[in-house]
Amino acid sequence: MMTQARILSFDPDGPRRSRKAGSRTSGASSAAKDPSDSDAGGSESGMDLAARVGGAVDFVRRRLSGDYPVDEFGFDPELLDTVLMAPMRPLFRSWFRVEVRGLHNVPDDGAALVVANHSGTIAVDAVMTQLALLDEHPEHRHLRMLGADLVFAMPFLAELARKAGHTLACMADAQRLLAEGQLVGVWPEGFKGIGKPFAERYKLQRFGRGGFVAAAVRTGAPIIPTAIVGAEEIYPKIGEIPVLARLLGMPYFPITPTFPWLGPLGMVPLPSKWIIEFGEPIRTDDLPEGSADDPMTILEMTDRVRETIQQGLYRILVDRPGVFG
Amino acid sequence: MTRSVLVTGAARYLGGRVAARLAEHPDVDRVVAVDIVPPRLDLGGAEFIRADIRNPVIAKIMDAADVDTVVHAGVIATPMQAGGRATMKDINVIGTMQLLAACQKSATVRHLVVKSTASVYGSGPRDPAMFTEDTAPKHPPTSGWAKDSMEVEGYVRGFARRRPDIAVSILRFANVIGPSIDTAMTSYFSLPVIPTVLGFDARLQFLHEDDCLDAMQMIALAEDPMACAGVYNVAGPGALMLSQAVRRLGRPAIAFPRALLGVAGRSLGRAGLADFSAEQVRFLTYGRVIDTTRISADVGFTARWSTPDAFAAFALGHQLTPLLPAFAAQRHETEQGVG
Repeated sequence: MMTQARILSFDPDGPRRSRKAGSRTSGASSAAKDPSDSDAGGSESGMDLAARVGGAVDFVRRRLSGDYPVDEFGFDPELLDTVLMAPMRPLFRSWFRVEVRGLHNVPDDGAALVVANHSGTIAVDAVMTQLALLDEHPEHRHLRMLGADLVFAMPFLAELARKAGHTLACMADAQRLLAEGQLVGVWPEGFKGIGKPFAERYKLQRFGRGGFVAAAVRTGAPIIPTAIVGAEEIYPKIGEIPVLARLLGMPYFPITPTFPWLGPLGMVPLPSKWIIEFGEPIRTDDLPEGSADDPMTILEMTDRVRETIQQGLYRILVDRPGVFG
Repeated sequence: MTRSVLVTGAARYLGGRVAARLAEHPDVDRVVAVDIVPPRLDLGGAEFIRADIRNPVIAKIMDAADVDTVVHAGVIATPMQAGGRATMKDINVIGTMQLLAACQKSATVRHLVVKSTASVYGSGPRDPAMFTEDTAPKHPPTSGWAKDSMEVEGYVRGFARRRPDIAVSILRFANVIGPSIDTAMTSYFSLPVIPTVLGFDARLQFLHEDDCLDAMQMIALAEDPMACAGVYNVAGPGALMLSQAVRRLGRPAIAFPRALLGVAGRSLGRAGLADFSAEQVRFLTYGRVIDTTRISADVGFTARWSTPDAFAAFALGHQLTPLLPAFAAQRHETEQGVG
């Protein structure tokens, strides 16, 4: 109900009003004989429609006149919730039928670092994780992701990433977001993970240099190891064309069973069944002072996070009835 | 304590206003304002001396006036103001060197305040979202005002090492904007159709002109100059996206691919309409936001105008009428909000 309302919430009162209208209708049905009451119900729904149209007009006017807040990172929450996520919601519900587990492991407020496996040739898994936390988490938390510098150099992608609340994967930004109490997402495998061949699916690649762990330790934020199953199968990468990749300045140019053979049609992802599982948080605030500058602690912690995610992946894969559910 | 202050760059808006303000202040005995050209603004109680800071006469002026505080606002931002890029670089770099040489010889100077710019950080895709004073620039500026400012800061740091007894404060200002000031940014936003970069939306930050003056005055008149020695970022809190700023003006924008904006911009630049140097195009592509925690924690300065408020004050002051009719009503509300 809440999430349904969020899709259309051009006006801030959206969810509240619909709940109120629901209770009113049930009251009216119990006293169905009273004509004045049913009249009131009719005008209410008319007003509701008017309010909603008015809300949409107001939304468009606000957008066109620049009257909305953005933060220093360029994050535009209103645009993300109503416009950018709108085409992703059907993909989330009907196409991938994402099952979200362990949401209680994500705190209702305050900082936490979500660390997940990366796969799927293009970063759909990151967007789905963001949407899972936005729509399904009781506090509708915004996941602020850390992306590669390439993202911020590419036209359109750079603009979208900033507006969706993401920033460069660097120590300064990770620490700043965590210190603000934000929920931060990181995919430490980077392009190695998302662009790995299909034969290596669900095998975690190397985890960068552990910078994300240091940022969490420095701010005392818990780390939430997250396993994503299903994303590996959306674009099975069976080969690549290095010449085209160099020409286009991309990290790789993928070949899948359908792309580039079927042209734009080959860009439709396969409808695999997804499971996103947020694991038990690993605390970092109980480590001794100065642990962030101790390479041994950081590397051990990085390994522990990586192991936990890998175990989670294997466990879910064993249970999974089939790739397409 | 009474003060004797030297202000450079007094012919231009910020230099002139800060000289006039300091002259009014009860703690200040004497303000000597210098520049190469006569001032356009009334400098109030400040004494104007037409002098070129590129030659040693500046040392004589400083001695004669027993100057104890130097406010260096003489770094020029656009070639138009100087009459050519070569002259501009000369005034900025050689002028600063002469001024620093004079300060080094002086027995009376205790505090040097340098007006610098946040553009010394450059801007690019590999930069963190916010620059602190200690962030190493990943894309250092390669031309124009930003590069001059970077060199100026380098000489100033060298000076600070040679004269550790003199407090040196460097203020890196975000784009100064407001009802009266004219800068490359204000002429950009005054274009009837605003060219932007296709596929990018820069994060912008502004500082209201009065906040800029307040910051310079506060630092220059600090009781204990050593307490505010160092580098400080100064900006209005918050940020605006370029697209959002354009919408707030109610003006149409055209997005050009980045390479084309450079070419199209140069002809606009030649026509004297706006500055589209390589540096400016980079800025309009990636934008820049600076962290102002240090100046509020160490010096206690906070800008009174947030970035959106400073931008609204600029639009109102420059009487930029919306060219898209649908926004007339909206603008009216904004105006009332500011007033």
